Amino acid sequence: MHLFLIRRLLLAALVCLTVLVISFTLTRLSGDLAASIAGPNATAADIAIITRNYGLDRPLAVQFLDWARHAAEGDFGRSFLYHVPVWGLISDRLPITLTLGLTGLAIALTISLPLGILAAAREGSAIDRGIMLVALLGQAMPGFWFGLVMIIVLGLDLQWLPISGVDTWQGYIMPGIVLAFSAIPALMRLTRSGMIDALAADYIRTARAKGLSRSKIILKHALRNAAMPVVSIAAVQLGFMLGGSVVIESVFAVPGVGYLAWDSISKNDFPVVQAIVLFLAVIYIALTLLADMMNALLDPRLRG
Amino acid sequence: MTSSMTEPVLSIANLRVAFGARTEAVRGLSLTVGRGKTHCMVGESGCGKSISALSLMNLLPRGATRSADHIRFQGQDLLGLSDREMARLRGDKIAMIFQEPMTSLNPAYTTGSQMAEVFERHRRTTRRQAMDRADELLARVGITAPGMRLGQYPHQLSGGLRQRVMIAMALMCDPELLIADEPTTALDVTVQAQLLRLLQTLQQELGLALLLITHDLGIVARMAHRVSVMYAGQVVESGTVSEVFAAPTHPYTRGLMACIPVPGTTRTGEPLGSIPGVVPRIPPGFVGCGFRDRCDFATPDCAQTVPLRGAGSDHSYLCRLPPDGTRVAAA
Amino acid sequence: MTSMSVPQTMRAERRLPALRHLATLLGALIVGAALLIAIFAPYLVPHDPFAQDLNLRLIPPFWMDGSQPMHLLGTDQLGRDYLSRLIYGTRVSMLIGVLTVIASGLIGITLGILGGFYGGRTDDLVMFLITCRLSIPLILVALTVVALVGSSLTVVILTLGLLLWDRFAVVARATTMQLRSLDYIAAAQAAGASRAHVLLREVLPNIAHHLVVVATLEMALAILLEAALSFLGLGVPPPLPSWGLMIAEAKEYMFFSPWVIMIPGVALFVLVLGINLLGDGLRDMLGAELQR
Repeated sequence: MHLFLIRRLLLAALVCLTVLVISFTLTRLSGDLAASIAGPNATAADIAIITRNYGLDRPLAVQFLDWARHAAEGDFGRSFLYHVPVWGLISDRLPITLTLGLTGLAIALTISLPLGILAAAREGSAIDRGIMLVALLGQAMPGFWFGLVMIIVLGLDLQWLPISGVDTWQGYIMPGIVLAFSAIPALMRLTRSGMIDALAADYIRTARAKGLSRSKIILKHALRNAAMPVVSIAAVQLGFMLGGSVVIESVFAVPGVGYLAWDSISKNDFPVVQAIVLFLAVIYIALTLLADMMNALLDPRLRG
Repeated sequence: MTSSMTEPVLSIANLRVAFGARTEAVRGLSLTVGRGKTHCMVGESGCGKSISALSLMNLLPRGATRSADHIRFQGQDLLGLSDREMARLRGDKIAMIFQEPMTSLNPAYTTGSQMAEVFERHRRTTRRQAMDRADELLARVGITAPGMRLGQYPHQLSGGLRQRVMIAMALMCDPELLIADEPTTALDVTVQAQLLRLLQTLQQELGLALLLITHDLGIVARMAHRVSVMYAGQVVESGTVSEVFAAPTHPYTRGLMACIPVPGTTRTGEPLGSIPGVVPRIPPGFVGCGFRDRCDFATPDCAQTVPLRGAGSDHSYLCRLPPDGTRVAAA
Repeated sequence: MTSMSVPQTMRAERRLPALRHLATLLGALIVGAALLIAIFAPYLVPHDPFAQDLNLRLIPPFWMDGSQPMHLLGTDQLGRDYLSRLIYGTRVSMLIGVLTVIASGLIGITLGILGGFYGGRTDDLVMFLITCRLSIPLILVALTVVALVGSSLTVVILTLGLLLWDRFAVVARATTMQLRSLDYIAAAQAAGASRAHVLLREVLPNIAHHLVVVATLEMALAILLEAALSFLGLGVPPPLPSWGLMIAEAKEYMFFSPWVIMIPGVALFVLVLGINLLGDGLRDMLGAELQR
């Protein structure tokens, strides 16, 4: 177990390092970063000043090491646009994006777990097929468009919910639903197939031979064994949702990390972009680690 | 003697199990198991033994339907019970153990919790009392340090230990009838012998009615009072073990017996008997002997309804051939 | 790996083959129609999709009051014929879908087969690359690349191609591993076949049916992602009629004329649904083991 954990942590660190390199390289993709920063109306002199000020005239490796060293200390540089530390910009908006992501996950789990279990318990029935149809439709729905449609229907026509911003808690509902919709098909399918496999297992026959009630067989004996892949996928989906917040936050004008990312990209504020890419990657890695540890709690065989 | 002493614990008459319209897996099975007796069902895989057992428990897979004249357990007809009433009997008065000790226990829960669960369900006790009972039974089935085993997970136990746990779990509520479906097949020969001895001891001491399913005639000879030889969903021969073994009459039983090497009588180099072919899939409405395609004595008559004949005081078989008449193999 | 293939129980699907076949057929019809529309777009459009007419702005589609028979699906905020733009948008979506899948398939399948076949350090490296890829926030990186390199169809295709190979790699790796343990691969090797021969002639054809199913999934994903990128203004550049871009451009008008976002949105939804239906059908028919 400890060896396993150490291996995983080492791997995670290595992945972080790679992402660090990638996110740095990414921003150097443009032919002339200084020109991009200066904007279309800049003179050659402006560009020269920017090149010097940001140290863009140094060798790439030196620039990277410099940036990485600071990043390792939690200093991601200053925003070109706002002239404040990048980390402050991100941490100010982080609670909003995390709340949104967790809301999305909560909605997704409340919908997909019961429906997935129901579909498995009634495998092959009309209920099962209906539920799988919902998964199929959800999978084909473009999230940003779904968001716009909800804004028109729920926000404008029915006026139930605010159409933008998160000034009140109601503001989280629509973007939360859209995010949840992106995760529901995968979670539901996995819950269903996991439960179907579990319900066909020999230990379920034993449980029935013991005279246990149907609900106890499904919810105690089968679900516990079907839960492991679902936990893994839920963690991954939360990571994807945080990444997908770029789109959803701009649809609903939610002032979170995703909105900041989009704004920074369109305004060439690269230190912010670099930091957010790295930050989201670290969150994703942390989430998969967390899922592995939760699975070790769920499955005694993994505890060794 | 009162009638409840003489009446068998389990009595099945004309049990049929069908899978849709294509296959009839059990075709008119009748048998009885008396108190403190072991009844063995023996036959090749696919002959309907396990399906018969599962249908008694009302645990048939989806798509299978059962019918019977009666399935009487302690005077009560199981056919008339609702799912809820049947679930109340399962694990309490009727217990069952399975062939696959490796997969029959839930990997996510400790053995103790899985054992206690049955007791709590049927006896409405506290977890503490149920654990004490589990501890007692683990000791009873010959497991050393039961307290430690209770806290362990199935993957930490060997196959033999797991099957002992399964047996102990089946005995938690003092069942009247224990159904054991090939309980030792998946295990080493030495472990097999230990477990069979254990089952025999428990059966005698607890006065269990034991319905033992096996494909091994050696086990039948050792364990059973009565035996039913099954083929293609039918009991083709049944009787007391001594009579059936002394004078096997149905060609299929004889074929099975010829497959066993007997020390001293089978000469080295002489081929053991074998029955060519496999158990056929029988559709509903099939008439005649199910074995006729593999039988050396088959004639066109075998496609007609086969009579049940007596071959001794407590011994019958299902074949057109006379008990010990001269038999000529068809060319 | 979390997105690894998991065996699917397909009993339920077998029980009602007629319905499954109908769904697959519907999917095939949608995808086939989209393909034909994409290929023959120039011959199908009633108007020039780029021609603006500011006198004819935001004409509603045929089922609404004030529609004009000349513009079946109405016109957009610049007076361009919506049906024509929708038809050319099919071209953009299908082009993105097909070319992205080819690019990402090449990368993912190569990595997956190498990892699955050679195992050991090679496999460790492949797994590491997959993990890295999965931890990179997809949309964010795609947006950044397009913003920096400049938006064009080629850039979008290459960016998505470079990002969407993970599932190809995961499935190719897992299926190759299963295959490697089979006898005939060992037999081919023992018979002296070269490694390239074994990989291309023995392994690839035998995992192809799994990969076809992945291809449909990735195609659907690529089309959705392109729409999202274009919607955010960092995908296909205007005036090219991408469905995502059409939604973005129409966004300001959606409160008064909701159909401007409904039409391209429904088109996107139907196409992706069709691809998914086809993929599901193929999975059942080819017996591919894949968890979606």
